[in-house]
This record gives sequence, structure tokens and C-alpha cells, in this order.
Amino acid sequence: MKKIMLTGALGAAALVFTGAAASAATLDDVKAKGFVQCGVSQGLPGFSNPDADGNWSGLDVDLCRAVAAAIFGDGEAVKFTPLSAKERFTALQSGEVDLLSRNTTWTMSRDTQLGLNFAGVNYYDGQGFMIRTSMDINSALELSGASICTNTGTTTELNVADYFRANNMDYELVAFEKADEVVAAYDAGRCDVYTTDASGLYAQRLKLTNPGEHKVLPEIISKEPLGPVVRQGDDQWFNIIKWVHIATINAEEHGVTMANVEEMKSSDNPEVKRMLGSEGNFGESIGLDADWAAKAIAAVGNYGEIFDRNVGPDTPLGISRGVNALWTKGGLMYGPPIR
Amino acid sequence: MAVTDVTPNGSGDGAPKVALLNNPEVRGWVFQIILAVLIVYLAFEGWTNMNANLRAAGIASGWGFLGTNAGFAISQSLIEYSQASSTYGRVYIVGLLNTLAVAFVGIILATIIGFIVGVARLSKNWMVSRLATVYVESLRNIPLLLQIFIWYFGVLRLLPQPREGFDFGPLGLLNNRGFFAPKPVWGEGAEFTLYAFIIACVIAWGVGRWARARQMATGQIFPSFLVGLGTIIFLPLIVFFVSGAPLSWDIPKMGGFRPSGGMTLIPEYIAMLIALSTYTASFIAEIVRAGILAVNRGQTEAANALGLRNGPTLRLVIIPQALRIIIPPLTSQYLNLTKNSSLAVAIAYPELTSVFAGTALNQTGQAVEIISLTMLTYLTISLVTSLFMNWYNNRVALVER
Ligand SMILES: N[C@@H](CCC(=O)N[C@@H](CS)C(=O)NCC(=O)O)C(=O)O
Repeated sequence: MKKIMLTGALGAAALVFTGAAASAATLDDVKAKGFVQCGVSQGLPGFSNPDADGNWSGLDVDLCRAVAAAIFGDGEAVKFTPLSAKERFTALQSGEVDLLSRNTTWTMSRDTQLGLNFAGVNYYDGQGFMIRTSMDINSALELSGASICTNTGTTTELNVADYFRANNMDYELVAFEKADEVVAAYDAGRCDVYTTDASGLYAQRLKLTNPGEHKVLPEIISKEPLGPVVRQGDDQWFNIIKWVHIATINAEEHGVTMANVEEMKSSDNPEVKRMLGSEGNFGESIGLDADWAAKAIAAVGNYGEIFDRNVGPDTPLGISRGVNALWTKGGLMYGPPIR
Repeated sequence: MAVTDVTPNGSGDGAPKVALLNNPEVRGWVFQIILAVLIVYLAFEGWTNMNANLRAAGIASGWGFLGTNAGFAISQSLIEYSQASSTYGRVYIVGLLNTLAVAFVGIILATIIGFIVGVARLSKNWMVSRLATVYVESLRNIPLLLQIFIWYFGVLRLLPQPREGFDFGPLGLLNNRGFFAPKPVWGEGAEFTLYAFIIACVIAWGVGRWARARQMATGQIFPSFLVGLGTIIFLPLIVFFVSGAPLSWDIPKMGGFRPSGGMTLIPEYIAMLIALSTYTASFIAEIVRAGILAVNRGQTEAANALGLRNGPTLRLVIIPQALRIIIPPLTSQYLNLTKNSSLAVAIAYPELTSVFAGTALNQTGQAVEIISLTMLTYLTISLVTSLFMNWYNNRVALVER
């Protein structure tokens, strides 16, 4: 579409005519303008979704807010740029956004060839298939010959290719740029199957005419570690994003919540004290105040709170913690120590 | 020019002597050279700066990716394409051919619809001219992207699910996965039919030339159109049967999810084609109307006075003159249609912008290479179209006799 051409062209033009210095010192730029410019999706409930008044919420959005709070002490000091899957990397490379927090899968080629760095994983996901209950299909292995709707520019379209090839099945791929069109086309019956990250399936199912008439097949065909992305070559900014995210995980592990973060500053646990800045000054090493983590947690809460509020069992998405539980509870969320 | 008359010793006679800097010719050259040097310098700086930036940002660059495996499927391809082994270079070709497929057929359809509507708007029949006016005013005033969505989701909602789809027997199947037509499979000896067709075309052309020359010389009319058409139809047909009818049909059959076999027109292509051609036709209709109106009424009267009836008057007198006015703006519409085909990315039609400047860009991350190549491609398509139309325009231009 015109827009992607424009983003692409602007990105290309930016590379031609700007100085190489543009990539350095993102923190200084952010401080100077007073807010974090955060790249998010165009509307994926539970991850990044605007309400009727244009207020964004979601797991990915909360990461942006946590970063803003760690820097400015204000979780509202963020501006959001909705990006399609196709536009997202160009937008980050060209400096249009400071941080990409948009259900983006960490892969080796994205990490090494695009001039980008993944700063962690805030949701462990995997790709699944959704299909009409009336089709009477119970396994992805019965999908040979199916028409499959998905988003362009995603790992999704590559995984589905691998999966069908490996299982010697044939399929027709119908790939749209915008998620809304994928949903509409699937809803209109253009495709038998809708495939994307399992979390995305649960989120997008809410947008269908009759969500109850669709089910998700049991097969999960890929690993989709979703996480925040920054430009290569600015280690300070990379560290900030990485450690803000880690702080939310460690906060959950140590029972620090949005509500009790102030009292916890005087906790007896030295690890908690170091994290919240009442002992040592770890903020300094990333260019922030000593209470950087306390400010982030005060704004959005710990990882468990973020998860429950946006995608957890009590939300319309109703996703259980599963592999996204803390390592102490059998999950994969494991934050390196702050010391 | 006066300047060249200046004599070296410049005495009083002739043009007055001017300082070199004030000499308009010299000054012109100096500025041109300065500008050229500046442009070359900027381009060079831009290029080196870009390379430095790419390297500093750790972004891969170069054209090597064109030879690597793409790994994603494409829903429509005019050439052999396999997601397992095809390269990004092939993705580019597939995308380009899909762009051309929708643009070329779209241009033909838009021209036909546009001419019909344009003439209809001038009709003396109130109903016909009003309908044509409504067509033009509504279609050219609604944003194209919206029309594409309306057609696409309209087509999808209108057509039944594959299992309840229309079955036209040997003529194919129609459902919301597309139109599945029988595919001709040529057997041995089929090339003779092709040769016969080419020969028939040459004959038809020759007959046309001869008939025109004879009419010029003697005034006798020869039905060259009918004879030509007959040759083109019957000569290959006879050869086809004599060579043993080397043709069979691959008829699509309903499979588990969707029909297999035959040739497929996917809904994205159908929607895109309808949207582009009807939209562009609304502009072409206005161009045609303007062209016809611009031909002086006296021409019609003169033709009638010479005894030409209405049909031949339009065909032999009005249209040829109107064409001179129609062709240049028509060219712009053709270019617009081609470029507008890039909107197809919104409805999953796999053309150049979608599969190459979209998916391939995202998978490789090589924005500079891919966007430049894409822009260059559109530029080339547009220039070739313009060249062809200019050539045609020169042909139909009024020849002064
Ligand atoms: N995680 C995958 C897929 C991400 C993706 O784009 N998913 C779609 C479908 S869930 C999406 O986010 N759509 C929302 C949007 O485009 O705004 C990737 O990084 O490539």
C-alpha cells in the first residue's frame, strides 16, 4: 500500500541523508523531547489496543509505560505509533520510534541482519490455527488443501510454509497487510483457517461475528518468543529496556506490587532494596535515577499484575500463565539478579 | 547570435564588448556546470553516507538476497513458483507479472467500459445518458481503496462456500475461493495451430492493406474486416482438426477444502480487476466525451452531406479526430491504473508492492535495495506505456495532406 511504500522510502531516504550519529544516545533524545515514542500494533486486544478514546492498553503497551515511568516517573509520557507487521522494522531502523513493543518474534535473522537488538521476551507464544467448528476438523494434520488467511511480513507465513512442507501438505496462502482485513476475510469465508500466534488467535477471535463458532486446533507449530526491540549501537538504551523488563519479573518473584512498592523500599531483602534503589545506585549505570525500577512498578505493577490485567484468566482473552509463569512456578520467566 | 559577432579587438563597430561574466551564453554554461557538479556531488555524498549508515547500523546490504530462498507461498503465480525452492529474485518476477496481469487486463476493460459510457453520456436517449452520468459521478468520487474493499468483501459475501458453490460442469466451478476454469492442455502437434494462427493474422493484415489501396485507387469497397476475421478464425480451426485436435481439458474438481486442477481466478484478482477498471473507466468516459464534443459539429454535417450514414460518420470521421484529443489524457489514466494496482496489497492480491516491497522486504530487511528496485520497476512500466502511447498518438495525429 501507499503507506508502506512511504515508510520504506522514508526509511531509505533517512539512511541516505542523515548522519550516522542518529543511532546514538536515544536516552538523551527521549529526555529532550519528554516522552518515549513506542511502536505498537494497530490493535491487538490484550497486547496493544486503543479504546474508544484512544487510550492504549495491553501487555506490550505496559512495557512502554514502564520504560517511560523509569525515565520520567510518569507512565503517561509515551506516544504510540501503530505499525503493521510490515512497517515495524523500517520504522524502528529509521528512528521513527524509539522502541518497538509489538508482539514481535525474536528470530536470529531479525536480531542479526536488521541492525536491531531484542531486549528480552515478555510473552512466550507459539503459532496456532483457528477453524470453524462446523468444519469438523480436529487436527492441523487434516488441513491439506486448505486456504489459510494470515498477515504478511510475519514469522507466521514462514512457519506455515515450513509446517505444510514438512508434513507434505498443500495449501493456499492468502496474506493481508492489516490484521483487520485478515479477520474480515476469514469471517467472510475466504479462508478455512486463520493462523497466527496463539495469543493473537484468542485476541482476534473476539472480533469475529460469532466467536463461539470457531475453535483453536491443539497443534502449536512454532516457538514465538515475543519481545521488545531497539536499534543496534546504543547499548545504554538497550540496557534500559532490558532491565526495566527484568525488574518487572523480579518484582513479581519478590512480591513487589504496584500497591506495596513504597513500603517494600524498606524491605529486609537486600535484592529488593537494590532493585528499588534504597541500597546502591544501579540506576546510575543505565543513566537513570536510583529508584528507576520503583517508578516503573508504581506505574504498571509487576509482570504478574501486567499479565493478569491484560491477558489473564479474568480478561476476555482468558489466557492462563502456562509457560509465562515465573521459573519458580514451572514457567520460563526468569529475571537475572540485580546486583 | 549577437555575442558571436564580438570581434576580439572589439572596436566601436558591431556589438559592444561584454565582460565574460555578463556574457549570457558563457554564464548559462557556467551555471549549468556548477549545477551538474553539485548534483553529482550530492548523489555521491548520499551514496557514501548511506553505505556508512547501513554499516554503522549493522543492516545487511547488497543484492545477494535475490538468490536466496524465499520460503513463503504466493496465492497466484503466472510462472512456476514453489515455496520450497524459489528465490527472492523469482518472488520479484512473480509479483511483477501479477502487477502486469491486473494492469494489462484492467487497461483493456477500462478502455472498453470508458468508451461505452463516454458515448452513452452523449446519447440522445435521456435514460441512457442519465445512467452514464450517475456511473461517472459516483465512481470517480468515491476513494478507490474503499471501492476495492467494497468489491472484495462484496464478491466474498456474494459467492457461496466451496461445498455449496456453483458447478457449471465442464465450464468450471465458482465459489468464494475463486473461479476455477478448465485448463487447456495442448498435445503433440499443437504448434501447427499456432503457426496457422500467425499466418492467418499476416494474411488478414495483407488483405486489409490491399483493400485500402484498392479503395483509394478505384473507390471499390472490399469487406476486408469480415474476410480477415474469417481467415483468423477458420484457418487455425481447419489446421487444428487436420492435425488431429491435439487438445484436452484439465477440468477442476471439488477437493476436500477447495477445487483442484484447472486454472484459477482468485477472488482478490477478480475484485481488483473490477475495482480498477470500473474506477478508471469513469475518468476515461469523461475524456472520451470531451474528445467527441471537441470535434466540430460541421464535421458531422459535412459527412452527412457526403452521404455517410451515422455509423460510418462516427467511425470514419468523428472518432479519428477525437482520438487525437483523447490519447494524451488516456495515457495518464493508463499510468494511474497501473500505479493504483499497488493498492492491491490491502486485499491480499500478490502483486509487486505486496509480495516484493512487502513480504520480501520484511523478511530480508533490505529496504534500500528493495524500494529502489520497486520504484525503478514502476518507473520503467510507466515509461514503456508512455512510449507506446506516444507512438500511437503520432500515428493517429492529423496528417496534413
Ligand atoms: N509474532 C509474529 C506475528 C506478529 C503479528 O503481526 N501478528 C498479527 C496477528 S496476531 C498482528 O499483530 N496483528 C495486529 C496488527 O497488525 O495490528 C511476528 O513477529 O512476525
